[in-house]
Amino acid sequence: MEIPAIVGAGLVVIGVGIGIGRIGGSAMDAIARQPEATNKIQTAMLIAAALIEGIGFAALFAV
Amino acid sequence: MSTKKNIYFCTKFRIVNRQVIMQFTRALFFLAVLVLIQPVFLTASGHAEHASDSTESTQVANQEPAQEGMSMKQEIKAHIQHHLQDGHDFHLYTDTETNTHVGFPLLVILLDDGIQVFSSSRFHHGESVAESNGNFYALHHGKVYKTDAAGTFEMHDGHVHNEKPLDFSITKNVFSIMAFALILILLFTGAARSYKKSLVPSGSARFLEPLIIFVRDEIAIPNIGEKHYKRFMSYLLTVFFFIWLVNLFGLTPLGINVTNSISVTFALAVMTFVITQFSGKKEYWKHIFWMPGVPVPMKILLAPIELLGVFIKPFALLIRLYANITAGHIVLMSLIGLMFIFHSWIGSTLSFGLSVFISFIELLVAALQAYIFTMLTALYFGSAVAEHEDH
Amino acid sequence: MEKLIEQFSVGLFFWQTILFLVLVFILKKYAWKPILDSVSEREDTIRESLESAEKAKKDLTELQSKNESLIIEAKIERDALLKEAREIKDKIVSDAKGEAKEEADKIVQAAHAAIEAQKAGAIAEMKSEMASLSISIAEKIIRKELSSDEQQKSLANELVADLKLN
Repeated sequence: MEIPAIVGAGLVVIGVGIGIGRIGGSAMDAIARQPEATNKIQTAMLIAAALIEGIGFAALFAV
Repeated sequence: MSTKKNIYFCTKFRIVNRQVIMQFTRALFFLAVLVLIQPVFLTASGHAEHASDSTESTQVANQEPAQEGMSMKQEIKAHIQHHLQDGHDFHLYTDTETNTHVGFPLLVILLDDGIQVFSSSRFHHGESVAESNGNFYALHHGKVYKTDAAGTFEMHDGHVHNEKPLDFSITKNVFSIMAFALILILLFTGAARSYKKSLVPSGSARFLEPLIIFVRDEIAIPNIGEKHYKRFMSYLLTVFFFIWLVNLFGLTPLGINVTNSISVTFALAVMTFVITQFSGKKEYWKHIFWMPGVPVPMKILLAPIELLGVFIKPFALLIRLYANITAGHIVLMSLIGLMFIFHSWIGSTLSFGLSVFISFIELLVAALQAYIFTMLTALYFGSAVAEHEDH
Repeated sequence: MEKLIEQFSVGLFFWQTILFLVLVFILKKYAWKPILDSVSEREDTIRESLESAEKAKKDLTELQSKNESLIIEAKIERDALLKEAREIKDKIVSDAKGEAKEEADKIVQAAHAAIEAQKAGAIAEMKSEMASLSISIAEKIIRKELSSDEQQKSLANELVADLKLN
C-alpha cells in the first residue's frame, strides 16, 4: 500500500506548526521576562518562523 | 548627556509617530472600507463571470464543455481559480444581463514568427480566436496557444498540446506592475521634492519618512552593518515598498494579484540571489566552501550543504511570498464563497464576519511579508559582506 | 511543484525583472538618494546642534564660574586695598600725632628752657639787686648807726627781719 504524498505534506505541516508554535511561545516568554528587548526578540522570532515556514511551503508545493 | 539626547530623540520620534499613526489609521480605514466592500463586489462579478462563461464558452471549439447546471461549489472554485490567474485583459466586472465586460484590453506581444503585437480585445475574453499576420491564437485557461483558424485544441488527458508561443504580453499583472511602479515613482519623488524646501518633511514625506527610516534602522543596519548598508538601501527600500504596495492592492476589489504569481516572486528572488553572490566577499565564499573552525572531514561534508543553502535561501524567499499571498487570497475568497453556499443568514453572516476578520489579518500579512522578504534579503546581503562572523 | 512550474510565465518574469530594475534605478536617483541624504543631513544637524548647545552650556557655566572667581578675586583685592588704605591712614595719623607731640614737646621744652633762663636771669638780677640793696642798706646803717653799738645792732636785726627773701 502506498502512502499518498499529501500525507507526508500534512505531517510536515504538523511539524512546522509545532515548530512555529514553540518559537512564538518562547518569544512570548522571553518578552515577558525582558520587555525592553521586545524588538530584538520579535525580529529573531520572525526570522526563525519565516525560515521554518519556508520548509512547510516547500513540502506543500512539492506534492 | 547621552540620555538627554535620547530623550530628545524619543520625544521627537513620538511626536512624528503620532502624526504618522494618525495618517496610517486613516489609510487603514480607507483600506478597511475597500476590503469591506470587496465581498459585495467580488460576488457580484463572480456570479456574472461564471454565467457568461457557461453561456458563451460554447463558441470556442473544444473548450471545456459548458455545464449548465454547474453547482455553486464548482462555480466558486472556478471563480477563485480565475481570480488567482493572470489575464490578458484588465477585467473588472461582467454584467450577465447585458453580457458586457467592464475593463479594458491590453497589448498582446508574442514571440512567434517574428513579433506579433495585437490588442487582447481580439480574443473577446477568450471567446474567439485572434488572427495576427496569418497566425491564429486562442486562449485556454488564461494562456495563449497557437491554433488553426477554427481554434482547435489538441487535448490529451486534460492537457493542451498545442504549440505555446513565447508570451511577452502586457498582461494584467504586467500592467499592474507598471501602474505600481508609476505610483511608487510619483509618491517617492514627490516626497523627495519636499526635502528641497526644508529638511523637515512635509506632506506625504511625513508619512513615508518613518517607514524609510524603519527600513534603514531596523532592517538594513542591524543585518548588514553600518559599513556596507548604504549600497543596498535602494534595492531594499524598493523591494519593501513594492511588495507592500502590491500586497495591499491585492486586497482591494480591483482583483490584482501581482505577488501571487510565481514569476514575480521568482524575479525578485533572482535579483536578491544575484546581488548576494556579486557582493559576496572572500569570507562569504570561505564560509561556503571551506568553513573555518571545523575539522577537515566536516569541511568537506559541509561544503555541498552550504552550496545547496545558497540556492535554497532565495528559493524559500520566493515560495514564502508567493504561498503566503496565494494562501491568503484562497482563504479569503473561500470564506466569501461560503456565504453563498450556506444560504442561511446565520452561516452567511458568520462567514461574512470571518472574511472581514481574515481581511484584516491579510492587511497585517501584506506588511509582514514585505518586511520578512526585505529582512531576509538584508540578512543574505549581510552574510555576503560580513568581514568576520562569530560562529 | 508541476503546478508551480506550469504557472511560471517567462513573459511576466521578464517584465517584472525589467520594470523592477528600472524602478530601482529611477527611485534611487530621484527618491532614495535625496531622501536618505536629507534625512542623514538632518540627523547630523540635530546631532551637531545638540552638541553645540551642550558645548555652549558648558562654556556658559565655565564663564559663570570664571566670573565668580573674578568677583571673588576682585573682592579680595578690594579688601586688601581697603586694609592697606586704612593702615596707611592710621600710619599717617599716628605719624602726624607723633610729630605733633614731638613738636609740642619741643615747644614745651623750649618754653621751659626759656622760663628757666628767664628765671635764672631774674634770680641773678634779683641777687645783684639784692646785693646792691644790701650794700646800700649796709652803707646807710653803717653811716647812721655807727655811732652807737646798740642802735647798730637793733638796726641790723630790723633790716635782716625785713630782708626775708620772698
